Amino acid sequence: MTNQEIIAKLPYSKSFLFVDEILHINENGVAGTYYFDENLDFYKGHFKDNPITPGVILTEAMAQIGLVCLGIFLLDDSFNKAISIALTSSEIEFLKPVFPNERVTVISEKIYFRFGKLKCKVIMKNEKGEEVCTGIIAGMII
Amino acid sequence: MISKQEIIEQLKTIVKPYVQNQESFDALTEETDFINDLKINSANLVDVILDIEEKYNIIIDNESMEKMINVKSAMEIVAIKLAEK
Repeated sequence: MTNQEIIAKLPYSKSFLFVDEILHINENGVAGTYYFDENLDFYKGHFKDNPITPGVILTEAMAQIGLVCLGIFLLDDSFNKAISIALTSSEIEFLKPVFPNERVTVISEKIYFRFGKLKCKVIMKNEKGEEVCTGIIAGMII
Repeated sequence: MISKQEIIEQLKTIVKPYVQNQESFDALTEETDFINDLKINSANLVDVILDIEEKYNIIIDNESMEKMINVKSAMEIVAIKLAEK
């Protein structure tokens, strides 16, 4: 499966798709990027006259790249439209703010993939290479 | 050879962090069901199984995992896997 095919299989579309590019992916992990365009709708309200990327959106980007892309890759041919990857837990530390027009890189390392549960250690970095978030995210294939 | 009671106590320690129903946990018996009684969700049940693997240094296959629905079946699987070692 090519990186582009993995992105095409993601169950999200614009306004809630937070994956631009997969840099590399293998059975142990994935790295990918997303550019936070200043016109994204949530910046109008978070916060009033002071746009900062919400933590839930950062978490979502970490989950989409770090967990869902990797899950689709690991499931390979057995992945189809009837399967979804449900977020089951996330524990994230937010270290630095992410402002509009920043490109982030998400790096995810598989901790385990057993009994349909994928658990990963996920880091998000900004363009300076600084860690902006770090944590553990898990999901179940259902 | 560890006794049944010891295994129950060890399993209690393992499941404790994932339990959502404290009353059920306090009254735990062999018949206690992980999902229905202790209200452990299926994602956390995977962690329970992995913690059991680590504790007893055993490998639990998919088929055994599916049988581990309550304390009794978990004890049986642990006993079988320990005997196979």
